[in-house]
Amino acid sequence: MSEEDFIAGESDGDMSIGRDLIDGSDGLAIHAEGLIHRFGDTTAVDGVDLKVVPGEIYGFLGPNGAGKTTTIRKLATLLRPDSGTARVFGHDIVREADAVRGRVSLTGQFASVDEDLTGLENLILIARLLGYSRKASRVRANELLDAFGLSDAAGRQVKKYSGGMRRRLDIAASIVVTPDLIFLDEPTTGLDPRSRNQVWEIIRTLAAEGTTVLLTTQYLDEADQLADRIAVIDHGKVIAEGTPGELKASVGSGALHVRLRDPEQRPEAARVLSQALGVSVQLGSDPAALSARVSDPERVSYALVELSRSGVAITDFALGQPSLDEVFLALTGRPAEDEDTAATEGEAA
Amino acid sequence: MTTPTASAQPVVREDALRLALASGKRPKRPNALSASLTFGWRALLKIKHVPEQLFDVTAFPIMFTLMFTYLFGGAIAGSTGEYLQFLLPGILVQTVVFITMYTGMGLNTDVTKGVFDRFRSLPIWRPAALVGALLGDVARYAMASTIVIALGLILGFRPEGGAVGVLLSVALVLVFSFSLSWIWTALGLILRTPNSVMMASFMILFPLTFASNIFVDPRTMPSWLETAIGFNPITHLVTAVRGLMSGTAAIPQIGAVFLSCAVLIAVFAPITMYLYRNKK
Repeated sequence: MSEEDFIAGESDGDMSIGRDLIDGSDGLAIHAEGLIHRFGDTTAVDGVDLKVVPGEIYGFLGPNGAGKTTTIRKLATLLRPDSGTARVFGHDIVREADAVRGRVSLTGQFASVDEDLTGLENLILIARLLGYSRKASRVRANELLDAFGLSDAAGRQVKKYSGGMRRRLDIAASIVVTPDLIFLDEPTTGLDPRSRNQVWEIIRTLAAEGTTVLLTTQYLDEADQLADRIAVIDHGKVIAEGTPGELKASVGSGALHVRLRDPEQRPEAARVLSQALGVSVQLGSDPAALSARVSDPERVSYALVELSRSGVAITDFALGQPSLDEVFLALTGRPAEDEDTAATEGEAA
Repeated sequence: MTTPTASAQPVVREDALRLALASGKRPKRPNALSASLTFGWRALLKIKHVPEQLFDVTAFPIMFTLMFTYLFGGAIAGSTGEYLQFLLPGILVQTVVFITMYTGMGLNTDVTKGVFDRFRSLPIWRPAALVGALLGDVARYAMASTIVIALGLILGFRPEGGAVGVLLSVALVLVFSFSLSWIWTALGLILRTPNSVMMASFMILFPLTFASNIFVDPRTMPSWLETAIGFNPITHLVTAVRGLMSGTAAIPQIGAVFLSCAVLIAVFAPITMYLYRNKK
């Protein structure tokens, strides 16, 4: 299977440009080696190696508790690693933490703005802390509010903002001084599709203007949309790394999800589908649902016709990109787990 | 994948964003004082937006002054009027020192929120966020002091040290409270919840304020207790404040207060900063 190649991260092709830069080691935006972080008995980050090239959008993909946030907090100098080293633009994150802070900015998973203050006050606060004069900070704040469509809400307390507005303000606060590297921790979690698209546009613009972006996400499609390269993280370890194309190639192009009118017909439906698509079929916990990985979308229409021909009535079907679960299933042979189980397993492993 | 942004209002203005990114040059970084004052400004803004938080600095002083004057006045000094003359400087100290514990609770609430992560990732003088928060609290302490003294004057308190004496004594109380607050910032970073911070603060503050010369003259106490009370920094503060308000302050009394301030900061500020830097 191709996933073997993928896990090793050794795939040729469109990586060659990045590779030259990587070999010149000093030019890296982030270079981490063997980062380890423990919380009590739990190893949250378990030997992460990372090379991020300046100007790229790099995605951390993984379930809750995989170690994404901990890694980002470490790189942003908020946590000292228990062992391992990392350099950001050549500056050691422990010994030269202050120099690192002068190049990066952080947008945390939960709004890193002050909810009691207004949008304008938040941006003025950050601008003042970065050294803007009283007057210049107000000008800068208004400029950013305008660019992010928040001028009307400038005088409103942030706690009264919608999720999307809060997120935009959060990113605005991160670019009061244009950073060379921005960390975005799950920038779209909890946002409606429209706000999500706006945030995506912002991230693309940031990258286009030369800021390196490191973002974490739980959604494969988000990483696919934005990232030049993706690292899949599980139990504090990078289990796969590559371009979105490489990642998807290793898990198939997507999945067909089908819902039946009559759950009784599921065994029959599974038989027909697996024959028509030539793959094994997964039975979901919903007794009327089943899904199958699809390598060739053209065969889907054929499979659906086969279903109706054999008298199986369906109420709904969807052809989706592989979910994070499917990526994990393909890469690790088991579904993505949530925080608690992942933590205990991490200890055992 | 389709992008519905085309039909929607262009909320994010890409051209403006590009301009903003291009003009986001880094200015010279602010000095320690300027960064701390900016955080102090933040604390004042929070008072403006959440005035409910002033409940403690308004209700506490009124409650304490009235309660202790009228409950104990007759029994301890023979009359409430006489007792007020003795008690008011002490009650000023008691009130403000008690309010300092909210500093720890506030910080505990604050650091669990994402905004502190942002502050900690900025290239600024590290203690600024904490020093600034404490400076903001000094404004609250000043408010509480004003209420105690105003109420005292209404009830018949007559400071012989005059306005200057009263102002100096308030300034001394503020300096001491700022110094004492570093205990609570340390506790606020160690303990998990604001409630446990409050409990721990109470456990410290009750003996610290009651086992002092705030309410009664220590000479009426057993000699071992009198000796112990002599080591309590609150006792020194109350003595100095009484001295300033009655116009009889001596340099050693005030020196003792500054010494305890220096010790408190020298011990607890580094502990706080260590905890702050290594906060998980």
